[in-house]
Amino acid sequence: MSSPTGESAERATGPATGPSPDTSRRGRWRALPSPLRHLLLAALGLAAVTALLFVTGDLTALRLAAVGYTMLAIAGLQLLVGGSGQVSLGHGAFMMIGAYTMTLLVLHQPMLPIAANLLIIVAVSAVAGIAVGAATARLHGPYLAGATLILAVGLPGLTHRYHELLGGSNGLNIRTAGAPPFLQGVFTNSEWKALVVWTTVVIGLAVLATISSGRLGRRMRSLRDDETAAAMAGVPVGRTKVVAFVIASAAGGLGGGLQAYVLGTATPSSFTLVLSLTLLAALVFGGIGSLWGALWAAITVVYLQIWATDLARSLELSRNVENNLPVVFFGIVLILVLRFWPLGVHGALTRLGSRLRPSQTR
Amino acid sequence: MRRGPLGALAAALALTVMATACTGAGEVADSGEVDLDVSTGVTDDSIVLGSHQPLTGPAAPGYLAVSQGARAVFDYVNAQGGIHGRQIDYRVEDDAYDPAQTIDVTRQLVIEDEIFAMVGGLGTPTHGGVIDYLNEEGVPDIFPSSGALAWNNTDEHPLTYGWQTDYTKEAKIQGQYISENFSGQNVGYLYQNDDVGEDSQAGLDQYLTDEVVAREHYESEVSDLSAQVAEFERTDAEVVVCSCIPAFVALAMLEAASIGYEPQWVISSIGGDTATLQGLLAQFTQDTEAEDVPADAFLDGAVITSYMPRVEDQEDEWAQFFLEVYGEYGEGETVTNTHVFGMTQAVMVAQVLKSAGEDLTRQSLVDALESQEWQGPGLLPFSSSGGDHGGHEGVYVVQYQAGGTFEMVQEPRVTDREGGDIEETDFERLSPEALDFHD
Repeated sequence: MSSPTGESAERATGPATGPSPDTSRRGRWRALPSPLRHLLLAALGLAAVTALLFVTGDLTALRLAAVGYTMLAIAGLQLLVGGSGQVSLGHGAFMMIGAYTMTLLVLHQPMLPIAANLLIIVAVSAVAGIAVGAATARLHGPYLAGATLILAVGLPGLTHRYHELLGGSNGLNIRTAGAPPFLQGVFTNSEWKALVVWTTVVIGLAVLATISSGRLGRRMRSLRDDETAAAMAGVPVGRTKVVAFVIASAAGGLGGGLQAYVLGTATPSSFTLVLSLTLLAALVFGGIGSLWGALWAAITVVYLQIWATDLARSLELSRNVENNLPVVFFGIVLILVLRFWPLGVHGALTRLGSRLRPSQTR
Repeated sequence: MRRGPLGALAAALALTVMATACTGAGEVADSGEVDLDVSTGVTDDSIVLGSHQPLTGPAAPGYLAVSQGARAVFDYVNAQGGIHGRQIDYRVEDDAYDPAQTIDVTRQLVIEDEIFAMVGGLGTPTHGGVIDYLNEEGVPDIFPSSGALAWNNTDEHPLTYGWQTDYTKEAKIQGQYISENFSGQNVGYLYQNDDVGEDSQAGLDQYLTDEVVAREHYESEVSDLSAQVAEFERTDAEVVVCSCIPAFVALAMLEAASIGYEPQWVISSIGGDTATLQGLLAQFTQDTEAEDVPADAFLDGAVITSYMPRVEDQEDEWAQFFLEVYGEYGEGETVTNTHVFGMTQAVMVAQVLKSAGEDLTRQSLVDALESQEWQGPGLLPFSSSGGDHGGHEGVYVVQYQAGGTFEMVQEPRVTDREGGDIEETDFERLSPEALDFHD
């Protein structure tokens, strides 16, 4: 940069001062290229999940897998809503596309390995994302939300229209292969599936994190903050919006595809409007400002129902209350979080963390 | 860019992908034999039974009564001393009719609650998602609450025992009844657009061909049947066969009445619970012009097929017994035929648990199922052996008369789900006192 202000600032700080190499651990970590950093974190996360799987049983393996694919889907939504500022009420539809793609592939081409299926799902979801993004690129705010609402409400209807192919209300059931023969003794089928899910999830998250901390992420955030200023600064607004949708749809589709892989079933009643709204509400609860919010959101979506039911059972409440407690509980918690910690659980944790480390000045 | 770590990561990724690429995603290896000589869920003083039902969500209002009825019967059995000294611990988990949740709660029941058997799992898409898992884990899957043909598949699912008369058998008997009693009249089909409709048509079409002038279907999410009913009126269908759940039977009847169209309604067992229908009709006519029309007027003359005792039948000893049991052990006041559905299932479960003997293992339960002589409370013969796990084998036909009375217009008849004949049967039931289902 050769702007006048830049040169004078340099001269003002005196000669012989370049940026001194930061040899602290934090500095060396930051010096690594961003993709590498995120992949290393991903590998660490995968190792943690593997350790957890070894000490817990089949039921937890299923739920860990659920946390995984839900987290990937919500992470895509975070990039779209929190990253590029486009409110989408139709994320469940992308999950549905991924789920049905997986079941159709397994039913009609069972010899394809899972990795190939996942790649195909990414491609199909990306096409859907391009279609949706292009259609909604000129919309913003409530109009965009309304348009994506159509997607969430209308897409399940396709299963009835194409009854023969998509199975109608009863959906499609598949059986997926478990652990490969040479690993049969080490992992049970459930644990293997959870590992496949989490491997895909951590890779996906690493990709999302790299994008978010890179140029594309900056462009998306500039769109979120002020579209006109971004356009004037040379950010291609329409294209970036569509790219954001594509990334979100790919993540959502992968999440849905992994869900179908683990559960062995895809039905329209699993992908109602309630799912889309729950994903968004959980994201707000978990923390819309950061990808880590997706983790808290996924844990909430999977475990809140279970914990609230257990709580109701241990309090010996009437059956009616027990059945409906989880939803009421979530609603109250969400209202409280929105009122006191708008940045969600992760925002609250970050603030707590920075308060516990007052000495570090940045 | 650091080559070392990135290269290592790339190699690890490649290895992972290769490891998963050994087998195709859909190629499933055959699972090994399951061990049934176990008494999971059985202690000296209790037997744990599990079930998945929609307790919340849109499907709950129609089906909550099933688990309420079953629970009342199990409470009655426990009050009599249980079964061979063991109390029945009936655990129902909510799946909100969402197959994804069914899978989770079923695993919870099998792994955490360690149930002895799955009893009355409700719904075709929901139960269809867990039937493989239950059979693989060796958990007896007794009496799913649905009429799908999939429960009678002993080659693939030997531990699954159907209960409800399947849709094709019922439809065959309906078709024959119509062709004999309404011969020459035009017939229209109204059906739910899933396996209910498909299997029902397969049965009806064996007896009705040229008479069928209209086939209309509905999706389970709609709230309006005006197009379908208008089509029936246009084609002048004098008989309409309704393979639908109660909400849609009520909607269809109201729609027909509002356009002045009065066909002969023939309703399947899944939609024929008049107590529920009356409630729904009253609810739907609220704040409309038809508010003052009694629900009975819509139902008058409807022909209904069923296989269970009917709660409106004053002379059926089982129906009266169920009313008493529910009055003492049940929640809420009205007893509908949906409660009776759950209660009949529960009596038969208790009966076969008793027959399995004091030394209760899953193998002894399967042996008892295969050799049980069934004599009620259903009015039809019941099959759970010899490669036929189809459950109830047919239906009887009644006609509803305004005022709450029924006339049995055709005695119970049995058939199969292929092209076999429909035969009469002289099935004798035991009374509630004589049937051995508790200590």
